[in-house]
Amino acid sequence: MKSAVIVFPGSNCDRDLAVAFEAATGSKPEMIWHRDTDLPDDIDLIGVPGGFSYGDYLRSGAMAARSPVMQAVAKAADRGAFVLGICNGFQVLTESGLLPGALLRNAGGHFVCRDVALTVENAQSAFTSLYDAGEAITYPVAHHDGNYFADDATLDRLEGEGRVALRYAESVNGSARNIAGILNDAGNVLGMMPHPERVIEAAHGKTDGQRLFKGIVEGLLAKA
Amino acid sequence: MKARIFVTLKGGVLDPQGRAIQHALSGLGFDGVNDVRAGKLIELDLADGTSDEDIDAMCRKLLANTVIENYRIEKVA
Repeated sequence: MKSAVIVFPGSNCDRDLAVAFEAATGSKPEMIWHRDTDLPDDIDLIGVPGGFSYGDYLRSGAMAARSPVMQAVAKAADRGAFVLGICNGFQVLTESGLLPGALLRNAGGHFVCRDVALTVENAQSAFTSLYDAGEAITYPVAHHDGNYFADDATLDRLEGEGRVALRYAESVNGSARNIAGILNDAGNVLGMMPHPERVIEAAHGKTDGQRLFKGIVEGLLAKA
Repeated sequence: MKARIFVTLKGGVLDPQGRAIQHALSGLGFDGVNDVRAGKLIELDLADGTSDEDIDAMCRKLLANTVIENYRIEKVA
């Protein structure tokens, strides 16, 4: 099983995500620099990490979304590779059009950095299959621009198609319908603001994120 | 040739920055500011003959996120 983590200038969760991928897949992911134009053809899983790529210039994720490597990520997603974008990675995925909508400045104007209660809305996806539908879990968030926005028609479609994977159990940042994470229509791309990679070891205090990574691996094995 | 691109949040898209500015103005004693919307001005210095289509494409592909933002192009001689 081959995984990769994309590294942009200003990424700061890339190594945490690499640790989570390695723990789940059993092998080290390749770290792919943003200027690279190719990914290995047989890549199974791509992580787009959190951080402040390009200093959040123009809009969060805007510059990263146009960097050379994102063309390769889009191609890999097209042929069915799993793509997980966390925090800034979610912003990059919406900016690049791999996921619908946009992430606006938090409604309260403040950076939010704390554990938040989440509900697993869709436990059928490859990313969430090891959770129960409706299960309450806790992941930390740390973001300034996590206020998910899409027009009502898009939101209705996401809800109707089971593409809201995770929802905040409380208002965190003003997100439309408290959306915390969404899937693309093929179900192989997940973008989320909370950080599962920060809750995978007992030393983290919580391990709620572990099953997300294990679930991805099981999903990939089932697909193979 | 220069072009100025004004990027603004679409109506209905919450603007916490604008709201904070409004509060700050009110704190300075400027009452009667009903609303504030903050945007961006991007100035482009362009090769002569750059087509309108290209400038528009720059806006659509990068300068504005048309999910949440509108843009207006003002060409400066």
